[in-house]
Amino acid sequence: MELFNFSKKESRLYMAFMHVTFISLLIGGLMGLLQTLVRSGKYTLPFNIDYYTILTTHGVILGLVLTTFFIVGFQFSLMGKTVGISDQQLLWGWISFWVMLVGTVLAAWMILTGEASVLYTFYTPLRAHPIFYIGLTFVIVGSWIAAFTNFRQLYVWKKAHKGEKSPLPAFMVVINMIMWFVATLGVAYSVIVLILPWSLGYVATVNVLLTRTLFWYFGHPLVYFWLLPAYMAWYAIIPKIIGGKLFSDPLARLAFILLLMFSIPVGFHHQLTEPGIDPTWKFIQVVLTFMVVIPSLMTAFSLFATFEITGRRKGYTSLFGWFKKLPWKDVRFLAPFVGMVAFIPGGAGGIINASHQVNSLVHNTIWITGHFHLTVATTVILTFFGIAYWLIPHLTGRRLTPTLNKLGIIQTFIWAIGMTIMSTSMHIQGLIGGPRRSSFSEYAGGDQVSTWISYQIWQAVGGTILFVGILLMFYIFIQLAFFAPRGYEEYPIAEEEVDAEKSPKILENWYLWVGITIALILFAYTIPMIDIIKHSPPGSIPFDWPIGRS
Amino acid sequence: MHLHKYEKVWIVFGLASLVLFLLIIGFAAFWKGTHPQSHIETIDPQNVEAHESFQPDHLGLTEVADGKYVVNIVASAFHYDLGKEEDGTATKTIRVPKGSTVLFQVTSKDVVHGFQVAGTNVNMMVEPGHISRFESVMKNNGEFTVVCNEYCGIGHHLMFGTVEVY
Repeated sequence: MELFNFSKKESRLYMAFMHVTFISLLIGGLMGLLQTLVRSGKYTLPFNIDYYTILTTHGVILGLVLTTFFIVGFQFSLMGKTVGISDQQLLWGWISFWVMLVGTVLAAWMILTGEASVLYTFYTPLRAHPIFYIGLTFVIVGSWIAAFTNFRQLYVWKKAHKGEKSPLPAFMVVINMIMWFVATLGVAYSVIVLILPWSLGYVATVNVLLTRTLFWYFGHPLVYFWLLPAYMAWYAIIPKIIGGKLFSDPLARLAFILLLMFSIPVGFHHQLTEPGIDPTWKFIQVVLTFMVVIPSLMTAFSLFATFEITGRRKGYTSLFGWFKKLPWKDVRFLAPFVGMVAFIPGGAGGIINASHQVNSLVHNTIWITGHFHLTVATTVILTFFGIAYWLIPHLTGRRLTPTLNKLGIIQTFIWAIGMTIMSTSMHIQGLIGGPRRSSFSEYAGGDQVSTWISYQIWQAVGGTILFVGILLMFYIFIQLAFFAPRGYEEYPIAEEEVDAEKSPKILENWYLWVGITIALILFAYTIPMIDIIKHSPPGSIPFDWPIGRS
Repeated sequence: MHLHKYEKVWIVFGLASLVLFLLIIGFAAFWKGTHPQSHIETIDPQNVEAHESFQPDHLGLTEVADGKYVVNIVASAFHYDLGKEEDGTATKTIRVPKGSTVLFQVTSKDVVHGFQVAGTNVNMMVEPGHISRFESVMKNNGEFTVVCNEYCGIGHHLMFGTVEVY
């Protein structure tokens, strides 16, 4: 595979996304720390700051801002590396960056002034300030500009390389961006057509269930949008770091295609305890949700197969010798590996959450918070950190020194320990009914509540350890961006085996895969959507006072 | 596309467990009738009293048959209206004997709320315009905290009640 060298101009764009990512990490992480401290019952926020302001900030800045900026920046770099970027495309890259940043600043301004304490799900009929919704729209539109620039990049490359298969990383980026575009159409419609005019007072009422359903049509693919870039690193980058080759190019493509098809028509599994949706359609979407087991197991197999093949080729022939000899002291491998391990309980928990009836045991309990702190806040974020350790010095022309590598390893351990404590105590508290998204409360008192609070103290312990990890990561980022010694850090992209099997052409038949994706969405959503609209109750007027707006 | 023999075994194992899981869930849902709550019954959120169950006199606990109870609740930020005690004060605790079957019916007058009787299977979204219903047999003695588990505003954590099974 031909790899392109980054120009200075190009590196600057990718780094811009990284700066926003790590500033978000610091702010969002601080909010997380404050939340766990408040919930321990031993600490009150200063200056009359409301718990739900920091909760909204935490969710929006880490769930939407950090992830989207990192992903768009990382994906641009993958495209630039494997298919190249023209000056015009670079300009569009900058436009997408600024549009997203302006949106972020607008939304942040509203959240921090207490005008948008609606959490990152912004469920109606709670009404935030209209500028909050406009800000979110900008973030989405900015990401669309990035998506279409990526599509264009691959298209131009394909035209110049007739008959060749697209480079695997570029293929994966395009899959993720198609999924993102199709999914965000739902939330964009909800925000622009239903919520914004209502928040401005042009429309009197809003259909609450419809906005929720459109949100979750987007909300589940959102989590795959976070996960797929981690998969890109696992499939296409980790093999190179451990000194091996790609396990199977067609298998990786097939896994991504399956993830595209089964990531969107599944939003009802977030709405299982909803009063207004037919249970049969809930069940159908549960079945579609479970299909994601197939590409997940394929991924697990290829990863461990890569590890074993690479180790055996290096001469470690005993049953588990190859495992012992993995590059444990290389943080570029260790951090994503710990992320992979966290995905085993994370994925199993996901299956539980999506299980139709069992869901009612855990729905909206802090079990769910524990679940996604394993998946996104461990699996995904540790892989992103694993990428940052080489991507940032590659972009800034510096080196990951042995000292920084060591600090990275310590960071990974701190994260693993802090998250084990925090996430485990969240899972247990959730199983015994402790609610999520709630400030400290003793409710009516009693044994049940005091048990919850004892777990909340453990969450504060875990949260504090995690915040130390965030400070350390931020320090490493600053070092890699500005102070590490000048040099060259490799952009690791795995090669195929010389005798690798050819990928079937059908894997690049975009019309087919996008067509099936749309067909599945229409199948899963058309009838229930018609039901929701036809059987809709009188709409809801806006409510400002519950979130403290006057 | 070539698949390694072990990979085939692995995927077949995965698919088989997938089918098994779905059969169990489907059997429970369609034969045993344990669907999550979905009644698709609507109501005007600005006039919930128009529905008989949510008139002020009908809120709270009613014994409809021997060992069978209905509890009607109107949720609003940041409060569950469980009706009134005989002395006219607001009811805070629902008391039912062990082993009774209780149907909870909840609706919201304003924003989205949650309704969970922590420690039981009763856990529902409560949305303006819809009626949420869930029937459960109270098998265990004790005091169970009712929590609003969907964010409803800055007093969300102060919205609770109690179910006492004696």
